[in-house]
Amino acid sequence: MTYLFQIFNGIGIGMLYFLLAVGLSVIFGLLQFVNFAHGAFYLLGAYFTYDLVERGYSFWVAMPLAAIMVMALAALTEIVLLRRIYKLPHTFHILVTVGLALIIQEMTIIVWGPLGGNVPPPEGLNGVIIVGDFIYPEYRLFVIAFTAVLAVGLWWVLEGTRIGAIVRAGSESSENTALLGYNTLRINSAVFGLGAGLAGLAGALAAPIRGVEPFMGLEALGIAFVVVVIGGMGSYTGALLAGILVGVTQSVMASLWPEGARLMIYLGMALVIVAMPRGLLGRA
Amino acid sequence: MSIALQVENLNTFYGKSHILQGIGLEVREGEIVALLGRNGAGKSTTLKSVCGALRPAQGAIRFRGKDIAGWPAFRAAQEGLLLVPEDRGIFGLLTVEENLRISQRKGSPWSLKDIYRMFPRLEERRRNNGGQLSGGEQQMLSIARALLNHPRLLMLDEPVEGLAPVIVDEIVNQVLEIKQRGIPILIVEQNLAVCAKIADRNYIIELGKIAYHADAVTFANDDEARDRYLGVKAD
Repeated sequence: MTYLFQIFNGIGIGMLYFLLAVGLSVIFGLLQFVNFAHGAFYLLGAYFTYDLVERGYSFWVAMPLAAIMVMALAALTEIVLLRRIYKLPHTFHILVTVGLALIIQEMTIIVWGPLGGNVPPPEGLNGVIIVGDFIYPEYRLFVIAFTAVLAVGLWWVLEGTRIGAIVRAGSESSENTALLGYNTLRINSAVFGLGAGLAGLAGALAAPIRGVEPFMGLEALGIAFVVVVIGGMGSYTGALLAGILVGVTQSVMASLWPEGARLMIYLGMALVIVAMPRGLLGRA
Repeated sequence: MSIALQVENLNTFYGKSHILQGIGLEVREGEIVALLGRNGAGKSTTLKSVCGALRPAQGAIRFRGKDIAGWPAFRAAQEGLLLVPEDRGIFGLLTVEENLRISQRKGSPWSLKDIYRMFPRLEERRRNNGGQLSGGEQQMLSIARALLNHPRLLMLDEPVEGLAPVIVDEIVNQVLEIKQRGIPILIVEQNLAVCAKIADRNYIIELGKIAYHADAVTFANDDEARDRYLGVKAD
């Protein structure tokens, strides 16, 4: 029974990893841009939620508002700063986005202090569900259900709508997309904002589970890269599968051998890189 | 006949090399104009500079009452100046139908139905990915996309290059049908037989300049020009 509990936890966390990774993956697909500031947007999503809840707003207002604020901030950053460096080599992407991540992290410490804090589970979901001798927090179940609906919705947008087709077309060739009359600069900003907004949403949803602290962004960045590498760059279902795999591994290991949880994940990534360099479901 | 597109003194550089050195040409309403020349003369560069895929250093491009020189490619396309590029620009991971749907623009005289009537091969393959099409099918898809995009002038860059003769005939007929519908066309083509069938006027580019200009009848009888500029012996 303890394992069932851990597996459920792992799925919930894994779905948050999926939200993180899918944004990173879509941004890389469209812009060929490695965004090391992705974890910082997750950090901001969590802290915005924390701040709004502290100010007395309901979590149900704070969570979507935090995600939208992160989206707007990220789109602005793209317009002012990042679009100027796409054409430079990847080393410059790393330099600029790591710098951006550090600035955001230090700003967080300046504004909210180095200690972090807790976000209580939202009203209506602060109890537990009991089935037989299985006890599970309601909020974690909500996270699983909510992110599952979101995953399906996102998949539909990307694969089933005209807007999704335009984004996929842009990932293949922005020049050819422009020849059809699309302003690719605007599409880039929107997609960057959306990807970062998903990271912000993951942060907002994670806040009641794991609290907020200034270094959660760094940790999330590492996890997001692991998930993208295992799942395959640019693969939507790969990000979903790998997110859940990583979440469950981490969660189960936490009860078996806590010190080895991180080791297992990075070892798993190393194995995937050696055996399947494109990731589990990466495109040829 | 009124002028649909007028290009004056167009200069374009690739890095430091001066590729277009003052190109001037015009396309009138309702006609097909062919742009000929040896490899590397600047034909594709001319089309790309006109539609904004390349930024010209100097020159005027008058289209629908505006000077669009230096406009980004997406704005020229929105204005109705559509390039069917030499590599066809198909999105290989999108289905044929997705390639078409993202090209649909309000007000275009062509609907998806019209396209499938005009290019039956595309309807047969509409669920296939663009990357799975043959060269001829990709060419048709690329032209079809431009038609859905509400073209007011079409630029075709070597549309029949490397295609089987049967497919060439099919595409020639489709190009003539587009002309019948009143869309002027500027075409880059190496195949003189195809040019003779469709072009109303011909320009020849040599080393980035217009070296020769004639209507179809004059050009057809001008063996010397063909020999001199294109290196084709009269047969």
